[in-house]
Amino acid sequence: MEALNDFLARRGIYTLVMILFFLGIYGMVLSKNYMKKLMAMNVMQVAVIFFYLCFAQKEGGMIPILVPGDVNPLDYINPLPHALMLTAIVVSMGTTGVALALLMRIKENYGSIEEPDVLRRASK
Amino acid sequence: MSLATHAPVFIVLLPLTASLLCLLFSRVHRKLGSWIVQAALVGSFASAVSTLYAVLEKGSHTIHYWMGNWEPPIGIEFAVDPLNTSILCMITFLSLVISFYGKPFLKDEDWLHYGGYYTLYGLLTVGLCGMVVTGDVFNMYVYLEIMSLSGYGLIALGGKKSMLAAFRYLLVGTIAASFYLIGIGYIYSMTGSLNMADISVRIQPFVHTPLFAFSVACFLIAFGIKMALFPLHGWQPDAYTYAHPGAAGLISGCMSKVPAYAMIRYFFYVFGVNNPVMGGLLDVMGIMGVCGILIGSFMALAQFDFRRMLAYSSVAQLGYIAVGMAIGNMYGFIGAVLHLINHAFMKSCLFLVTGGISYRFGEVNLYRLGGLNKKMTVSTVAVCFAVLSMVGIPPTCGFFSKWYLMLGAYEGKQFIYIAVLVISSLLNAIYYFRIIEQMFIQREASLTEIHKPETMFGLPMEMVVPIGITGIGILALGIYSMNIVTYVLKLGLPEVFLR
Repeated sequence: MEALNDFLARRGIYTLVMILFFLGIYGMVLSKNYMKKLMAMNVMQVAVIFFYLCFAQKEGGMIPILVPGDVNPLDYINPLPHALMLTAIVVSMGTTGVALALLMRIKENYGSIEEPDVLRRASK
Repeated sequence: MSLATHAPVFIVLLPLTASLLCLLFSRVHRKLGSWIVQAALVGSFASAVSTLYAVLEKGSHTIHYWMGNWEPPIGIEFAVDPLNTSILCMITFLSLVISFYGKPFLKDEDWLHYGGYYTLYGLLTVGLCGMVVTGDVFNMYVYLEIMSLSGYGLIALGGKKSMLAAFRYLLVGTIAASFYLIGIGYIYSMTGSLNMADISVRIQPFVHTPLFAFSVACFLIAFGIKMALFPLHGWQPDAYTYAHPGAAGLISGCMSKVPAYAMIRYFFYVFGVNNPVMGGLLDVMGIMGVCGILIGSFMALAQFDFRRMLAYSSVAQLGYIAVGMAIGNMYGFIGAVLHLINHAFMKSCLFLVTGGISYRFGEVNLYRLGGLNKKMTVSTVAVCFAVLSMVGIPPTCGFFSKWYLMLGAYEGKQFIYIAVLVISSLLNAIYYFRIIEQMFIQREASLTEIHKPETMFGLPMEMVVPIGITGIGILALGIYSMNIVTYVLKLGLPEVFLR
């Protein structure tokens, strides 16, 4: 019990994030619908964002806005991963936009976004 | 402060500005946007060449360009050394040359398609150059995504079947980008830095930890997917086959080489290959490379579609680069970098010619090219150079990179690589010489002309000139390969080999 508690306290959140990440990949590989594949892709990207936010966290840290008189870096959480993830969110939005545009064209061309149907019509 | 000190940033900045303005100007006049992008590419190429001169001027030294004059561990920097300036020159040169090639395909399109094509084309160049020039880990991620997103667009422009190829590439490419992000997350949590030069110092206490091994494996998966290393190459044949024929030369030539460069940069310059984790990783890469060489060659042998055959051949050729890295000594490294540059020219040339054939005859079947030597003279001569170079016959450039790879394998006593290189050269000879046989010996195939030839060379001038230049480039790279190795690449060797 002690060991489990210790593990959950130190690594629990990372385990959950990793499970979420691989659930995303699992969904991308196994679902037969292109829209579901795209949603699974977004789940995977969110998992990466969580991962960054988790390791930026610090016990007893406050939001990274300078309090007058307190210049000790241990009192603040690390703002850099948050800044990086803002960029990554923008990028993931761009990727999703391109993917949706492509999906619309696939739907126009093949009349379906179910993988078996599309592949059957594409091979004709 | 002269203009030349800002040359490293102009390589990326000029095409970025131009491609963002491109659609606006295309609205005014259909072709104005494309001229602006091309002018920017000229500027970008000139900046790359002037950077190369500046780097080589005082022997080997690295130019650090600080963005906004923020000092590196805090700020973002562009770091240029002999290795990446030579690759920058290659990318900007190929991009400039191939930018003319797309015009005949777009002749009848309206302003939106014309401008949109050149916007994506410029952004693709920005992504490629940015990934090579940057000295910051996260910055590279942003450029990787710029490159990928514009690449998806250019692949999707290729026609009906290309949407599917682009969508699949998007899914797989996003997995690669996510693995890259996880990798740099681990690196950042170990070292607390995002600057490559800084990381290479701070990572040293951690090189024996499992965390380091995990992050390096993430890098291998990420760049392996992007460069289509063997078990991760599933997206690549479709994407190359159905890409827009005007841009296929750049996509096939440079888009898989730049992740290979990024791998070289990380493994040899940032992490250093002289620790057990990297040693194991290089062995894995060697196995992947060998499997890729053999299976890529066999798959290429089985194809009827000219473009698909070239795509599988790319899998094999990227295996060479992986093997060169896996050999892990100086000659292997030089062979890998040289092959990276050479293969970009060869594959661009071949894809330009296939684009030309499908432009004029609408034909991509390998076995229907009979009598092409009379109809498209320049193209067939260029194909001959490229094919000889692929097989590895001097004085074309392919011979020299294979020579360095074999020299490295001999010196490292890794004779299995020599055997694989020889076998794959024979396979190359089988599947490339049938093109020559078709073009020169077979009786004339009955081909219907979609576009009547406008010039004596059988293709519009905008297409003949790029084909000719890349063909001559293959010969020139071969003849001057000694100079390239001695005066450029040997000055930029990673520290591991200098001790």
